[in-house]
Amino acid sequence: MGETLVRFEHVGCSYGGVPVIDDVNFGVTEHDFVGIVGPSGSGKTTVLRALVGTLDASYGQIHRRPRLRFGFVPQVEAVDWSFPATVRDVVTMSIERPRFRRLDPTLVTRIDGVLDRLGIGGLSDRHIRDLSGGQQQRVFLARALVREPDLLVLDEPAGGVDVATRHEILHLLADLHLAGMSIVLTTHDINGLAAHLPRLVCFNRTVVADGPPEQVLHPYVLERTYGAPMDVLQHGGMPVVLESRGHGPHRLDGGAS
Amino acid sequence: MTAVLEPLQFGFFQRGLIVATLAGALCGLVGVYVVLRSMSYIGHGLSHAVFGGAAISSVLGVSYFLGAGLWGVLAALMIGRVSGRRVIGADAAIGIVTTASFAIGLAIQSRSGSVSRTLDTVLFGNVLGVFRRDVAAIVIVGSVVVALVVAFRRELMFAAFDPEVAEISGVRVQWIDAMLMIVLSATVLVSVRVIGALLISAMLVLPAATSRLMTNSIGRMLWLSPLLGAAFGFVGMYASWYADVPSGAVITIVGSTMFAIAYLASDVTKRRAVAKLDDHRAIA
Repeated sequence: MGETLVRFEHVGCSYGGVPVIDDVNFGVTEHDFVGIVGPSGSGKTTVLRALVGTLDASYGQIHRRPRLRFGFVPQVEAVDWSFPATVRDVVTMSIERPRFRRLDPTLVTRIDGVLDRLGIGGLSDRHIRDLSGGQQQRVFLARALVREPDLLVLDEPAGGVDVATRHEILHLLADLHLAGMSIVLTTHDINGLAAHLPRLVCFNRTVVADGPPEQVLHPYVLERTYGAPMDVLQHGGMPVVLESRGHGPHRLDGGAS
Repeated sequence: MTAVLEPLQFGFFQRGLIVATLAGALCGLVGVYVVLRSMSYIGHGLSHAVFGGAAISSVLGVSYFLGAGLWGVLAALMIGRVSGRRVIGADAAIGIVTTASFAIGLAIQSRSGSVSRTLDTVLFGNVLGVFRRDVAAIVIVGSVVVALVVAFRRELMFAAFDPEVAEISGVRVQWIDAMLMIVLSATVLVSVRVIGALLISAMLVLPAATSRLMTNSIGRMLWLSPLLGAAFGFVGMYASWYADVPSGAVITIVGSTMFAIAYLASDVTKRRAVAKLDDHRAIA
């Protein structure tokens, strides 16, 4: 078990007095690779905002390791694609540097290294709109990674992308995790993304379950999370979640597993 | 050549030409952020707020730059504060704060005939209303704004593109927003004598929007837009001289014409970018 990076203790958050998340308890440690899953509007993005410190807790405590550096990858739907920025513009904007000075050569080397590592080194002068979905995700991942973060946070990295791009992103994140990166992401894609992660937090305004996919991807947990009955099958050693057909919401006995 | 040199024999035209060119460049530079952050209405509103400040400073007999400047900065910060509470939208906040200020200016003007000439200059812009102190003011403000844009270029770009991630990455977005509002107020203040309060929002938008049609890079926009703004100001001043029409109107017509030409010559992608139609495009 690594050092704790962030810990939520009975945390609640609200927007304009309207509670969004309630009594949240969970932590992220070094080398964690955590997926937060839940339905739309369940407060997943709010948890990320509280985690990185752009939203204060209404109550409870959020403990962060001192001088913790975050790398944040936003939802692609939130990006202004008309903004006049090239790949290099986007990636360099997250690096602090002395005023009135050009980028230090070591920083340029670091940026080039990250771009090459993510396979977008040859695209640095392209406008961000003129890239494929996978390349666009890599640009924002590169912007987060050049900060050399302690914790990489991604909001719906698989949102709005096709199957091939989703695979690409998953493998990229798995490689980063293998290299020692701590990662937290949100997703509503259980089978395509969440089931492949080492740790899942099922979330609906609060933590419903927290653990490895084979433990938390259980019909009872999923019904409490999504408010609808679901079945869990095993396929190739992996849990596969299906919408329950022909069973009423009262059937909470585990279904076909 | 005579056509170029003839008006230059008059000192007021020389000063007007310098201020119009520098104001065009300054509006072009600040306008890049105004356009990218969809703040055009704020520029429009602030120019009206400055009118109220100008009226009050005339009545009180204090310096125009001091009175209208403080008033403009106050209005800008109030807009930021009201809209920041998110109870009402930024557009409504701008409408309330700046029209109230404008109304105060109108009321003062109607009660005090002695200040109406100065206020007409503020409203419509007039080359005859430009003095040496206006040239000095625009040089000082312009130098400070250029220094701030160079020093905070990364933060300004990051806050405009992605304010939430900018905040996470250590950019103090609220401070950057406040700085931009103050810079915008100062730009309006020193440009208003030539361009006029009613048309200054056009000069904040036209060079930046035209440059956006010409490039996909904010780095290139940051030098292209001031260059275009300066050209609009320079050409507009000469055209104003020969057409005997208020300078602000002619500068705006020159800028609008250039925008129309750039729009017709640009491809559909860039037109969509200026209209911000790509925000919700399908992911490739």
